[in-house]
Amino acid sequence: MASMRDIRRRIKSVKSTQHITKAMKMVSAAKLRRSQTTLVAARPYANKILQMIGALQDNKAIDHPYLQQKEVQKVCYVVMAADKGLCGGYNSNLLKLAEKELAECSYDYDVVAIGRKAREFLSHRNVNMVREYTSIGDNPDFMQAKALCEELLALYGTGVYQKLYFIYTDFRSAMAQNPVCKQFLPLQVEATGKKEKTEEFIYEPNEEEILSTLIPSCLETTVFRYLLEAKASEHGARMTAMSAATDNAVEIIDNLTLALNRARQAAITTEITEIVGGAAALE
Amino acid sequence: MQKEITLEMITPRGTILQQTVSYVQLPTKLGLIGILADHAPLISALDIGVVTYRPVGAAEKKAAISGGFLEVRDNKVVVLAPTAELADHIDLERAKAAYERAQQRLKNPTQDIDVDRARAAMFRALSRMRAKNTVR
Repeated sequence: MASMRDIRRRIKSVKSTQHITKAMKMVSAAKLRRSQTTLVAARPYANKILQMIGALQDNKAIDHPYLQQKEVQKVCYVVMAADKGLCGGYNSNLLKLAEKELAECSYDYDVVAIGRKAREFLSHRNVNMVREYTSIGDNPDFMQAKALCEELLALYGTGVYQKLYFIYTDFRSAMAQNPVCKQFLPLQVEATGKKEKTEEFIYEPNEEEILSTLIPSCLETTVFRYLLEAKASEHGARMTAMSAATDNAVEIIDNLTLALNRARQAAITTEITEIVGGAAALE
Repeated sequence: MQKEITLEMITPRGTILQQTVSYVQLPTKLGLIGILADHAPLISALDIGVVTYRPVGAAEKKAAISGGFLEVRDNKVVVLAPTAELADHIDLERAKAAYERAQQRLKNPTQDIDVDRARAAMFRALSRMRAKNTVR
């Protein structure tokens, strides 16, 4: 049986771990709230842009390099994971999906890694990593997304890849996040579907010009959304994991305290028995 | 009674303005246009510049935008811009500093300076200063 000193030492160590997990939980909760606000704030812009592309498409068949489906020879996967660990199953779930997607991919492929964990994972696999980005920060802003999008478009523009996929984590709630794989390029626009009598818009300068600026904007907002979803998921996952760790620490401390009390009582009992025994021997 | 239009300014950071106005002036790629109530449906690309709007029963106000799109329908004007700032929120010192910096870059171009980008930065700074009414 562990001595009282050992048990005390363990209680102390678990307590200090608990302090850390508790602090991490609160920090993640604050960050989660912030990413969620940003995510919600970004929604009207993205919706409106999609709506405008939809309206354009209703109006007339549109054609753009980023919309054209080409015969696929090589594809590129953008794998988006976190920079840090300690966030429950967040990274492993995502990377599991990435591994599955890569294994099932029937074409030649390259990958782009976003986040240190994705880079580590992919560099141990036998894959060609064409780009890597780390240190995205806790609150990605639109300019970052725009810069990232421009680089990805440049990569696509080389014509090496006919399809670009994003593997990221979709944010449902603080408790639920699920990794998904979405096609990023060529852009898939769903027609608005409602063939209502859309008013004839006047397009200035003309449809093509508008489209050629609208589509990059749409892609930028998509990248922005993916980044935000991934970050919100990361914070959510970390918060849940740290909350569980804190609860677990409480349980461990309870058990250890119980063990400590038992040990103390046992020690006292032995002492009394010894004294009584000693006194009895004297008589 | 004067007819009203709803002006909405939306950026990826959120909706920064939603107001009923009587008149809006916007910098499109083809030049400045003014919009009054009952305007025909229009979709247009916007340039870097200043949006001037007149809230109902109030003085004219300004905002700086950095390009984007415009949609007009049913007396509703939607401005979609990557960034947009109302005049009250513009940091004039920062805009001035950005303007100087961009000018410096344009004056002494080195090979690692993107001239188009510097020029765009200059126009953005300039439109912020214009929205503040400090330069014409």
